[in-house]
Amino acid sequence: MNLLIMNIPLNITGTIHDWINSIMPQTAANITEWVLIAVAYLALFAVAGLYLVLLERKVAAWFQLRLGPNRVGPWGLFQTMADALKLVSKELTSNDRIDKFLYNLAPYFVIVTSLTAMAVFPYSEQFQGFDINIGVFFLFAISSIGVIGILVAGWSSNNKFALIGAMRSGLQTISYELSVGLSILTMVLLSGSLQLSEIVEVQRTGGWLIWQGHIPAIIAFMIFMIAGTAETNRAPFDLVEAESELGAGFHTEYSGMKFAYFFLAEFINMFIIASIAVVLFFGAWLSPFGITEGITWFPEVLWFLIKVLLIIFLMMWFRWTFPRLRVDQLLTLEWKYLLPLNLVNLLLMAIVIWLNWTI
Amino acid sequence: MTNQEVKNKIKTEEYFINMGPQHPAAHGVLRLLLTIDGEIIKNVEPDLGYIHRSIEKMCERDSYQQIVHLTDRMDYLSSNINNEAVCLTVEKALELEVSDRVKVIRTIISELTRLASHQLWWGVMGMDLGALTTYFYAFRDREMINDIFEETCGARLTMNYNIPGGLMFDIHPNFVQRTKDFITHFKTKLPEYDRLLTGNVIFEKRTKGVGILTKEDAISFGVSGPVARGSGFASDVRKHHPYSAYDRVDFKEILFTEGDTYSRYQVRMAEMWESMSIIEQLIDNIPEGAIQETTKAVIKLPKGEFYQRVETARGELGVYINSDGNKNPYRVKFRSPGFSNLSVLNHISKGVKIADLVATMASFDFVIPDIDR
Repeated sequence: MNLLIMNIPLNITGTIHDWINSIMPQTAANITEWVLIAVAYLALFAVAGLYLVLLERKVAAWFQLRLGPNRVGPWGLFQTMADALKLVSKELTSNDRIDKFLYNLAPYFVIVTSLTAMAVFPYSEQFQGFDINIGVFFLFAISSIGVIGILVAGWSSNNKFALIGAMRSGLQTISYELSVGLSILTMVLLSGSLQLSEIVEVQRTGGWLIWQGHIPAIIAFMIFMIAGTAETNRAPFDLVEAESELGAGFHTEYSGMKFAYFFLAEFINMFIIASIAVVLFFGAWLSPFGITEGITWFPEVLWFLIKVLLIIFLMMWFRWTFPRLRVDQLLTLEWKYLLPLNLVNLLLMAIVIWLNWTI
Repeated sequence: MTNQEVKNKIKTEEYFINMGPQHPAAHGVLRLLLTIDGEIIKNVEPDLGYIHRSIEKMCERDSYQQIVHLTDRMDYLSSNINNEAVCLTVEKALELEVSDRVKVIRTIISELTRLASHQLWWGVMGMDLGALTTYFYAFRDREMINDIFEETCGARLTMNYNIPGGLMFDIHPNFVQRTKDFITHFKTKLPEYDRLLTGNVIFEKRTKGVGILTKEDAISFGVSGPVARGSGFASDVRKHHPYSAYDRVDFKEILFTEGDTYSRYQVRMAEMWESMSIIEQLIDNIPEGAIQETTKAVIKLPKGEFYQRVETARGELGVYINSDGNKNPYRVKFRSPGFSNLSVLNHISKGVKIADLVATMASFDFVIPDIDR
């Protein structure tokens, strides 16, 4: 039952662990520790989400010949903090004749699922919230719940634009989850495990999975990036909140902190997609060519973050260069091209493993 | 069950949706009443009047010099061409022949205005299709034109540079050099526009075959400008009824025959090259001469009706003045290109999706104050 790995690589955690155990009975101590870790995770990733917003704005500025936020703090570092404060202090307005219960519930669906998914990633050898033996499956299941929040938000806010956005989101997520799932499955086939830490172990000895699986793995990676971008509802697949068509799509009627939840969730989802890609294709926290293998003091979590940021940069690059697809083209792309390609690719991967062509 | 029975059984209810007056794709305050079945558009009903300033009525109150200033506020992106249209009408009525210098400068500045307008359109077109970056590229280059205008006449957008009988001031000494610099700069940047948007596969998918306007429809709806020329309707006033210095320059009338959003896009992209070529032909030999003909302080047109048309960035602008011999016109009517172009929107967007409507509207390049004077 002890899914929590407590030894986060700082001596402070050990000290706190000892101290809590010394003043409480075993059960109470466990529960306290879970809560503490959960709060730490929440704080960490809320801040991470905020800084991804800042990164996006900076990247957008570089693409668009602008400077980006640079007034609040050095290089605008506190800009998103200020924005978040503003959103917290704003009035929560709502539309007339809404479904109050669902309307209020929807943002939590989205934000809670995103934050939950963060817990299973192996950020470094010791830094993993909990390591279940069906980690990949868990991620997949959790990320599917998020769309319910979007559907509920669109439905309950009594706004036709929001409803159209939500329906588009339903179409999009149901379709692209197949591609995300199948490309993940391709890699699971190669690694032979659903447990994320196990997948990393495979890569420690045999090299990153994208090299091990060569051609089918590279195809799977490309499909994963396309489908992952669609999963996070980002351009060129941002039909859900297509600004020039639907105003703001499903969150048109949300204000203040509830809007901020949707907004933050988008960025955390981007982080999740990038993290999945890093774990499944690029060896998670493993250094490239083992260059920091023997260095004990080097924080491996840095490698994880660098890889994740590179992939996030790729996704931002998509967003600021491509126009948006139309809804029927979106479905055509998935059902006519990506899905068949993915199935063939899965078969190819099976053949590669069967004939032992892996590197 | 037959196909039809299935269709009837799963038939969904049509509903109305208000696109605008506050909507990102409306570019101002255009309100479209859409009848939608799912995402398929059944009917588009434009609703105007949100920015009606009764410019035509105000013209009846004002003297002819004052009317010029009101026309800036119609199609603000081709403000100089609007001014020119009124001045040409008044000069026609007075049988006043302006000097060659005025004609050439008017042509150059009008073409710069057209370039600036098309640049803005290009940026907004990309933005409407979801590619936000185009907007900033376009604004970077448009800024140079605005600076040229600012130096010469003090204003960047609503220029008021033309007056009946000539120009308000002579061009700034830097004008020629800066215009040349801009042309050299923009010749390197226009291919960049193409690389960013034109060849993009998503862009082509979104625009090719979308919002098809046939040549017959274009003619019968009175469509003009790049929209008409995208449907193969040769309607360029500059070519067929030259005014100012257009009869002495060599330029092509851009015609595409497909009539879809993509060909309207291509017309404007090609027109930018043509505009640059027109400016290049004129900029090196601006003739010497007076920049103003002397007119009376109070201009009184002879009794009668006067009409002049020009080609703005959006199409054919007609100025009709009915004078009873007083210092004010008896009636002024502007035939604005946007209004006629908007009338065809419902016809060509039945049965398309919301996203297609947005793409079509972007390719029409509406300026709402021009539609709703």
